Amino acid sequence: MIGFLNALPGAVSQGLIWGIMAIGVYITYKVLDIADLTVDGSFCTGGAVFVMLFGSGVDLKVALLAAFAAGMLAGLATGILHTVCGIPAILAGILTQLGLYSINLAIMDMKASQSIAVTDQNVLDKLWVSLRFLNMEKYPIVRHPIFVVGVFTAAIIAVLYWFFGRELGAALRATGSNQNMARAQGINTNVTKVMGLMLSNGLVALSGALLCQYSGGNEINVGRGAIVIGLAAVIIGEVLLDKLFRNFALKLLSVSIGAILYYIVIQAVLQLGMNPNYLKLLTAVVVALFLTVPYWKGKYFSKAAKPVKKEESTNA
Amino acid sequence: MLEIKNIWKTFNAGTVNEKTALRGVSLTLEDGDFVTVIGGNGAGKSTLLNAVSGVWSVDRGSISIGGVDVTKLPEHKRAKYIGRVFQDPMMGTAATMQIEENLALAARRGKSRGLRAGITKAEREEYREQLKMLDLGLEDRLTSKVGLLSGGQRQALTLLMATLRKPDLLLLDEHTAALDPKTAAKVLDATERMVQKDHLTTLMITHNMRDAIAHGNRLIMMYEGRIVVDVSGEEKKKLTVEQLLAMFSQASGSDEADDKLLLG
Repeated sequence: MIGFLNALPGAVSQGLIWGIMAIGVYITYKVLDIADLTVDGSFCTGGAVFVMLFGSGVDLKVALLAAFAAGMLAGLATGILHTVCGIPAILAGILTQLGLYSINLAIMDMKASQSIAVTDQNVLDKLWVSLRFLNMEKYPIVRHPIFVVGVFTAAIIAVLYWFFGRELGAALRATGSNQNMARAQGINTNVTKVMGLMLSNGLVALSGALLCQYSGGNEINVGRGAIVIGLAAVIIGEVLLDKLFRNFALKLLSVSIGAILYYIVIQAVLQLGMNPNYLKLLTAVVVALFLTVPYWKGKYFSKAAKPVKKEESTNA
Repeated sequence: MLEIKNIWKTFNAGTVNEKTALRGVSLTLEDGDFVTVIGGNGAGKSTLLNAVSGVWSVDRGSISIGGVDVTKLPEHKRAKYIGRVFQDPMMGTAATMQIEENLALAARRGKSRGLRAGITKAEREEYREQLKMLDLGLEDRLTSKVGLLSGGQRQALTLLMATLRKPDLLLLDEHTAALDPKTAAKVLDATERMVQKDHLTTLMITHNMRDAIAHGNRLIMMYEGRIVVDVSGEEKKKLTVEQLLAMFSQASGSDEADDKLLLG
């Protein structure tokens, strides 16, 4: 129990970082109604771009922005495959993700992992987040990852809330809600889809860059299964907080909370002695369960009104 | 206002499912014309409306609206000129968005969308007034999700959205067919009022011959991808259902012009 409590801040920090990725997933999966698998690749891209730029002395803010931009490019690739080339969204995402594996390796100088020289105090001091800052005896609370990533998350939610209240953001939401309606209102649904995919993957890559800082390096397989973790966060947040959180900003917050809860559960399971190699299986099972329950509930237990039957023509 | 010249459309060309849905349709609507369209299943009524709104491009022929050739324009660009209401009440509105958000989207039809506010305070007031005129109690539910509304309420809302910014052309694709008779009558009433108020050039498909006769100043009947009957003015005012049926038999060259064929 003590071990678990000690590990809790780390789990929450990781949850917050992955929560930013999950917010990206929310934009495609919930707002745009597209299951975008680019995420597994673009998460690593963010870390790769960050670790290489930062390692070569580029300013941290610039490196973070570059990671965001690289993620947007990945989203653009998927978007073009989907809209211009007419490839189903899931397959378009898989193609980009596969291609990104090579690209990520190339970015990382053909190495499977690259690290940040965190043992160098000068380098460490430049970082915004690091698991080393979890040590509250050595570092002030304002450097604590929960605080820093928390501020990051709040800022991202604020910007997204603002954006989705704008004309363009509303057009994006309309596209996800009803494409026919969106086009009838003069919205170019191909453009809005590409925009949503870019925004989403930009956030995913930013999250990857933050995790790279946190753990002190990037590794080629870091994003494997990211989409499932993102879905887990979205679904856990939805199941637990949907009734409470109606506002869009709160919905995004519930995604972040979902990610934190996910990492706390993972931490608890690990403390109970589960072999970490089974983590991915556990994640897959949890997400499958959370997706199944609402479906079965609707199928076997619902007394919802039957769909309106088309009126027979009885006139004339 | 609308000029359709000899348009053709074949679906699934070269396959066993090949179907030529439009066979050289030409139709000109003057400013303020309200044309009702009838015809059996597969006559090409919906295909005609989809051709005008640009759901896909036609194989041959041209379409222009208000003097602008729109034949090659994609659907979202033609939306600038066209207000539409679909047969399926689910199709015309975004269910997961609020009533006022739907209206705000419609108010920006055909305009470029940037980072301006998605909806303003002044707009809200305007929408409240507009919704009051529908008389469905929606003016007090501006922030309700559209998915919570009934089919009739959704169609009425779609109608309001289609006419919120005066369209050059209003296309109604059997927009009352999925509603119960009472609601259908209400929506049709609202349609008539809105068309009258703004003198909208309108093309309305209906499966109901009485409605087709009662509304509009011109009636066309389609059969196998062609316009086979075109009545307007005084002649249309005097038209009866029996006469229409007789016209159909003549046009289709068949004595089996029973209700089923026409009403589908």
